[in-house]
Amino acid sequence: MSDREHASNDGMAVDHHFENADQQYQSAKLGMWVFLTTEILFFGGLFVAYAVYRGNHPEVFVFGHHFLDKNLGALNTVILICSSLTAAWAVRAAQLRQIGMLKLMILLTIVFAFGFMGVKAFEYNGKWKHGLLWAGQYDPHLEDHGETSHEVIGEESAEDAHIEIVTEETIVEAIEAQPAADPNRSTIEPAAEGPAGLAAPDLVAADETEVEIEPANAQTYFSIYFLMTGLHGIHVIGGIGAFAWLLLCARRGDFDGGHFTRVDMVALYWHLVDLIWIYLFLLLYLID
Amino acid sequence: MSEHESSFVHVSSVKLLLIVWVALMVGTWFTVSASNIDLGFLNIWVGLAIATAKAVLVGLYYMHLRWDKPFNSFFFLGAFLFLFLFIGFAMMDSAHYQPDLIPGYSPGMGD
Repeated sequence: MSDREHASNDGMAVDHHFENADQQYQSAKLGMWVFLTTEILFFGGLFVAYAVYRGNHPEVFVFGHHFLDKNLGALNTVILICSSLTAAWAVRAAQLRQIGMLKLMILLTIVFAFGFMGVKAFEYNGKWKHGLLWAGQYDPHLEDHGETSHEVIGEESAEDAHIEIVTEETIVEAIEAQPAADPNRSTIEPAAEGPAGLAAPDLVAADETEVEIEPANAQTYFSIYFLMTGLHGIHVIGGIGAFAWLLLCARRGDFDGGHFTRVDMVALYWHLVDLIWIYLFLLLYLID
Repeated sequence: MSEHESSFVHVSSVKLLLIVWVALMVGTWFTVSASNIDLGFLNIWVGLAIATAKAVLVGLYYMHLRWDKPFNSFFFLGAFLFLFLFIGFAMMDSAHYQPDLIPGYSPGMGD
């Protein structure tokens, strides 16, 4: 059977329940696509949470995204796109039995993946240091975070100091309560209790086009941020493990006979991880 | 092409892989630039359109869907169909619970 001759290029022993290597390969691929489908729906729950919360409370997301570094996010996007290139190239190399090239491409993909996790760790570390964590652990202390720092009054610390939490509403109320013509508005002493508007004269003078005052429930943004990027990060770590396994297989000579199904499947998974990040970068970092 | 190439698989050329890579890079640049321009409510849709274009490139070329059996694409697109249903119905539902329908009260979002 000529079909079988060509198909045997795959180099894999054909299990008895398959007609030929082609059918075996296509079955593996379909199985992989079913798995990727479940992955989409797995992340789908978090995308729903994102959509519902952002739809109802856009100010929380506008506020939260100021604490993410767009450049680091873009850098990670570039790293993942490069790793997708090397993963796709690894499949090509495996198909053509270029074992040296295959090893190089797998290695490069792993290096890019570690680079991604390194940038991620740097970002997480910054969030951790400033208490910008998920709901329950959210306790911002942003002394050295940059320009937005002095405008943020944390919910927890505000409670500790028995000061009402600053929200947009209280600021607006304070402005309305304040005689508009008062020339010495900024010299009024901060109030110990009650609406915190007078306690923070800087806020009134702040650029009104940006939401720089912490809205209620800002921690929701960070919950969603950590859940989405965290689940994605776990997938990246899983990908590193899968590529390390491929490297071992390549060293063992598993792919010498042109059997590339494993490389193809892991690359498919990796492309999906890249694909999800394309959306995460847009939805979490590029809110304006 | 090489004599090792199997009859039933498509082997992507290096040129194609690199072209797609450049397109993805340009797409990323577009996404970031578009986010710096204030288009109002259009921002998110422009961003999503570019991201989806990138996702289609990855799917068609890096994930070989263009040369695959259509059933795999069908399956994958099915996931997105159900994802849209999931998001769509959840958002339609949550639209009925807008905080301003009952002023000052929004279930589960109080402090």
